[in-house]
Amino acid sequence: MTKKQLSDSINNNILTYNKLTNWKKYVFISVIILFFLFLYVLSFGIKVFLQQLVNGIQLGSIYALIALGYTMVYGIVKLINFAHGDLFMFGAYISYFLGNYFIAHNFHYSFIIVLIFSMAFTALLGMTIERIAYKPLRFKPRLAALITALGVSLFLENFFALSPENIPFPLNKIVFGPRFLPFPALISDKTYNLAGISINNIKILNIIITVILMILLQYIVKKTMIGKAMRAVAFHKDACLMMGININKIITITFGIGTSLAAAAGTLFALTYGQLQSPYLGIWPGLKAFIAAVLGGIGSIPGAMLGSYVMGISETFATSINSNFGYGIAFVILIVVLIFKPAGLLGKFTKEKV
Amino acid sequence: MKIIKKIINLIKEYYKFILITVLVYLLIEILNGTIPIVPRLLNRYYMQILMFALINIIMTVSLNLINGFTGQFSIGHAGFMCIGAYTSAYFTTILFKAAKMAYFPQLALFIFSLIMGGLIAAIAGYLIGLPTLKLKGDYLAIVTLAFGEVVRSIVRASDEISAFLRQIGLVQYSETIAKISGPRGLSTIPALSKFWLVYVIAILSVIIMRNFIYSTHGRACLSIRENEVAAETMGINTTRYKIIAFSLSAFFAGVGGGLFAHVLRFIHPDNFSFIKSIDYLIYLYAGGMGSITGSILAATGLTIFPEFLRVINFQQWRMVIYPLLLIILMLRKPDGIFGNREFSFLVPKRKEVN
Repeated sequence: MTKKQLSDSINNNILTYNKLTNWKKYVFISVIILFFLFLYVLSFGIKVFLQQLVNGIQLGSIYALIALGYTMVYGIVKLINFAHGDLFMFGAYISYFLGNYFIAHNFHYSFIIVLIFSMAFTALLGMTIERIAYKPLRFKPRLAALITALGVSLFLENFFALSPENIPFPLNKIVFGPRFLPFPALISDKTYNLAGISINNIKILNIIITVILMILLQYIVKKTMIGKAMRAVAFHKDACLMMGININKIITITFGIGTSLAAAAGTLFALTYGQLQSPYLGIWPGLKAFIAAVLGGIGSIPGAMLGSYVMGISETFATSINSNFGYGIAFVILIVVLIFKPAGLLGKFTKEKV
Repeated sequence: MKIIKKIINLIKEYYKFILITVLVYLLIEILNGTIPIVPRLLNRYYMQILMFALINIIMTVSLNLINGFTGQFSIGHAGFMCIGAYTSAYFTTILFKAAKMAYFPQLALFIFSLIMGGLIAAIAGYLIGLPTLKLKGDYLAIVTLAFGEVVRSIVRASDEISAFLRQIGLVQYSETIAKISGPRGLSTIPALSKFWLVYVIAILSVIIMRNFIYSTHGRACLSIRENEVAAETMGINTTRYKIIAFSLSAFFAGVGGGLFAHVLRFIHPDNFSFIKSIDYLIYLYAGGMGSITGSILAATGLTIFPEFLRVINFQQWRMVIYPLLLIILMLRKPDGIFGNREFSFLVPKRKEVN
């Protein structure tokens, strides 16, 4: 801890005027943000602004679902699960196959069933990965698990991207192939026009499902016994062992819940954009969602939601100005936020004890 | 007499190192057919792979300085590489036409451009390190990642930047920047990275790293890794040493990037994405954090291994086997292949202390 941090922490504890300066800081930041939004409205018009806002909320919802998985896993085992983006991809592909199957059998209104099955399958894969690749390294150096996570990520991408013609029998039925696949239209596309803003029913569905899943997650974490155990494991593992909590089981369940959320995000993503480019499609959404989780304060569930919406909205606004700009803006926002709030927007800054 | 004594001492200290490096170099040159003893076994493709291996050694050893020896977690190393590559390519391709020069001016220009690339990368490392090194662990990691991506998106936006400069009247600058041609990639870079040059620079970087680590400053860095608070209590200016380590590492990453650009002869911002940084992270942790030997061997081995699989006609499997091997390696040896151990010729002899 540097001298400045020390003096800052003392100020935080003793003096009350610091709160006032904090308050001023927030006002200052929001004035800056409002200024930029105002400039945007001036140059592009209010309709474009609202349209981009809707798009941003939709993108933010997908990021939020992925980021929740990241943040839960991080909160409980302090591991950046780099394979999360690939589980997102896996969920999208599973729903592609299920969706095609249902459509071929004339089974309509199947979207919810596809979603649930895809979540369940992906959760199974996630839990298997946790058992095989992460569990043996739980009490080893933390970065070893990070490298296995990278390995798992590379493996999932490259294995599922193998082309089925080139490989022997039992495996060629499993792999997805590197080709572009059109996602089946599980829900017929309807566009509503509200005062010049076009809103798609799929976009609305995105937002609704995200909100439902978030509420469900909050319920699980806050109200059930499993959620209580999860919070306990995240707080102190050794104490949990003494209290008779089965740590391994709780961690596996957390992985399951996190990956099922990623699968939901994958399904929604594929449905919204109507296509699956290749098994590498999970890399960038996964990375962006991870950054959103850090932006909100990694390990905090509301933080992940907030961070994802900030990310999604800022990204769509910036992309509407220039595509390269849209790519970089997320990272710039992240750097700026972390310089001023080193633990993210809603994260707690843990003071180091000697 | 003093000078002769000094030289003798130097030779005594380095003779194993010199012997091994010279032998390896001669072996490669013999296999390459430059020294005609046996028929040529290495074609240009193999030589290119070896050059990439050497560049990866430079990159991994420099990343080791931050991650392994100073204990900071940086995953944006490709950003520095990108800066170095574009700076040196700017000097050799855009500013001066190195392809039309005579041999010696060309070599001098190339070395100058490499150093400039390194310096500008080091300045970038200093600038990004100054505000962000107070962040801890994963937050620092994600800021470095974001930095790498910001660099990449700035290069990608070179057309827009040049258009903007033209608008405000700086036509000359705008034309130079337009020549970088970010999204299309910079081609026609002269092939200045000869094998011997890359080899010498790799060895120099290893020697400099080793001498840095076993110097007073290096000790300070090690103490930061072991316990930052304790180091601070012992009067070590932790921020200063972190920034020194960060800039030095960025310098070598920049030099490595410059060499990379002149081996590949075509650079595109997507060459230096997050995935590239991940590669170096994998080499580093597979070799063992805090071990130069491990970095060297892992960088060489893991560069050659996937290409070896390609040569023995295993193309489609190579990127599946590689992560599987990585996972197994990390599960069996969580500290990496070498852990903290070093070859004896990479550790200076301890002087007698009275």
